[in-house]
Amino acid sequence: MRQKVILAMLALAAVLLLPNLYVISMLPDEMRQGQIFRIIFFHVPAAASAMIGSAVALVASVLFLLTKNFRYDALAVAVTEVGLAFLAVNLVTGSIWARVIWGVWWAWDARLTSALICWVLYAGYLILRQALEEPTQRATFAAVYSIFAFTDVPIVYFSIRWWRTLHPQPVFFSKTGSFPPDWGRAFMINMLAVFLLYAALTMIRLRQEETQREIDYLRRTVHAI
Amino acid sequence: MRFLRQVMVVTAKDLRAEMRTKEAINASFAFALVVLLLLSFAFDPTEETTRDISGGLLWIVFTFAGTLVLNRSFARELPNDCLDALIAAPVPGAALFLGKGLANFVLILAVELVALPVFGIFYNVRWTRQFWPLMLVLVLGTWGLTSIGTVFSALTVNIRLREVMLPLLVYPVLIPMLLGAMRLSALLVAGQEVTGDETVWFKLLFGFDIIFTSLSLVLMDTVLLG
Amino acid sequence: MSDAAVDCAGVWKFYGDYPALRNITFQVPPGRCLALIGRNGAGKTTLLRILAGFSKPGKGQARIFGHEPRDTETRRRIGFIGHGIAVYDELSALENLRLFARLYRLPEPERAAREWLERTGLERVRDGLVREFSRGMRQRLAVARAFLHGPSVLLLDEPFTALDDRAVAVLQRVLRDALAAGCTVIMSTHQLREAMELATDVVLINRGRIAFHGERTEEMVSDPGWVYSRYGES
Repeated sequence: MRQKVILAMLALAAVLLLPNLYVISMLPDEMRQGQIFRIIFFHVPAAASAMIGSAVALVASVLFLLTKNFRYDALAVAVTEVGLAFLAVNLVTGSIWARVIWGVWWAWDARLTSALICWVLYAGYLILRQALEEPTQRATFAAVYSIFAFTDVPIVYFSIRWWRTLHPQPVFFSKTGSFPPDWGRAFMINMLAVFLLYAALTMIRLRQEETQREIDYLRRTVHAI
Repeated sequence: MRFLRQVMVVTAKDLRAEMRTKEAINASFAFALVVLLLLSFAFDPTEETTRDISGGLLWIVFTFAGTLVLNRSFARELPNDCLDALIAAPVPGAALFLGKGLANFVLILAVELVALPVFGIFYNVRWTRQFWPLMLVLVLGTWGLTSIGTVFSALTVNIRLREVMLPLLVYPVLIPMLLGAMRLSALLVAGQEVTGDETVWFKLLFGFDIIFTSLSLVLMDTVLLG
Repeated sequence: MSDAAVDCAGVWKFYGDYPALRNITFQVPPGRCLALIGRNGAGKTTLLRILAGFSKPGKGQARIFGHEPRDTETRRRIGFIGHGIAVYDELSALENLRLFARLYRLPEPERAAREWLERTGLERVRDGLVREFSRGMRQRLAVARAFLHGPSVLLLDEPFTALDDRAVAVLQRVLRDALAAGCTVIMSTHQLREAMELATDVVLINRGRIAFHGERTEEMVSDPGWVYSRYGES
């Protein structure tokens, strides 16, 4: 059943994404940026899905601490790990864009820096998990860490913004934005496809985590004999 | 009242044990000296450069040196399973957190207060011109470092590579606090007053301390008992 | 039910999905001494740590005089000796006991500390650092630390293991006094002979399950391995 849901989600994501790639490629080049503006169709959805992922990780972590149900722990890891990959996509695409437009691979501007810090924060989550052997302790400590990390995200964001701001202001949903409606439609479809991909990957990772727990259980049973 | 008394008992215990061996504080201070020395090669310590980067330099030294103290905080409870006895006592996790946190705070602040004049001499800086505001930054920043560091010290105490793990986990979380402390320290060491937009950093430090202290108070029982 | 000193009701403990304790249920009325026996890794330590409130059961409840072991007031009624001596090497014997007397909010910490130094024969070295103590002295200090606040439930994890003769004598005397005063004792042990002399009841744990629970009988004293041979695994 779960297998079918995952396959259906992946298929739907592909159906949405493939024609949309064609639509995006046929869009006229942006006036000042040329070709490279198309990266935004992936850059922003990746960041948005990673952001939603961190919120899901927080909720799952709190629920684990309250219920001690390992399902929530598995969800927290799955969502964080996939989120890290998506945030990496965001960072890499942002870096490519910066190379073309700004002429440098990396600029310490507000949003790039915050995104990088978030990546490092949540990488710490995985490193902490890896270092802890006993499953209950691992889940508990990781959940505590996740709560600290999530709390830090908005503080990081504001402090970095005060520190320096160079980044172009968001184009979408802002009054000064100049995003034609047909671009907006392609963008939203891409957003949906990326979300679906995120969810499907999370579910696959979730299943791995459950298998891992079963292996751990069997291993301990064997050791006890 | 009872709560505060228990906090003080824990703090006094940690400080007394530390004063007997001076393990953490000696290592921490020596480390601060070495880093100060090394950083003098990283750039040419002329008056102008020093003024620009003094905040960053000081807080990197403080954070590195502080980590050594924080690492010892819960590691001290490992021999003889002392942590069991602390948990067994009718002391809430929040009191243990505050007690150990205060002890760490005192030790780190002591290292900082020795490192600061050394910095002044080595780098030829008259850092005392805004003495009290600078002390406020030191207190706020150090408490931020301590509150997160104490909880994370408990999180990492049973990990094989805890000496590496603690800074790896703590530093990224500390970044907002460090930004504020670095900016303010740079201004104050240069003898300038903190006015206008720059006061936002004081607000940031206060907010950071309050948020993470509350979070630590709430979560400490979970960390200690699972 | 609620008049039991220790009440363990359907306690499970999981490591991940693996149950280290399975449905442990027993009660110990006040004044009894329960010997908890079983092989290494059977779950004795895990169970004692749950009773002492150091970890929470995955399912079921542990109660001390009808209360959660984590309640502040309940913790004052529990005395615990684990594998480590749980006193600080950098502090003196007196400082250690004074520290715990204060944490337990005893009315006269100094007097309680000195009294227990005397009872464990450490009065002479009270200002010596624990670091410099011999093993036997350290163990006696551990006993003093656990009994200092006058607990009415004693949870002892392998208390006789690796003790020297004098420490065994001190512990046995203190335990007898405590039992005579109406304290409840639960101890896990491999030292069957010492344990059977004190115990009134016996629980055998086998792979996280209770394999035997009953009163200590004369057979057990004359043949300490009796329970194992009847109810344990081959």
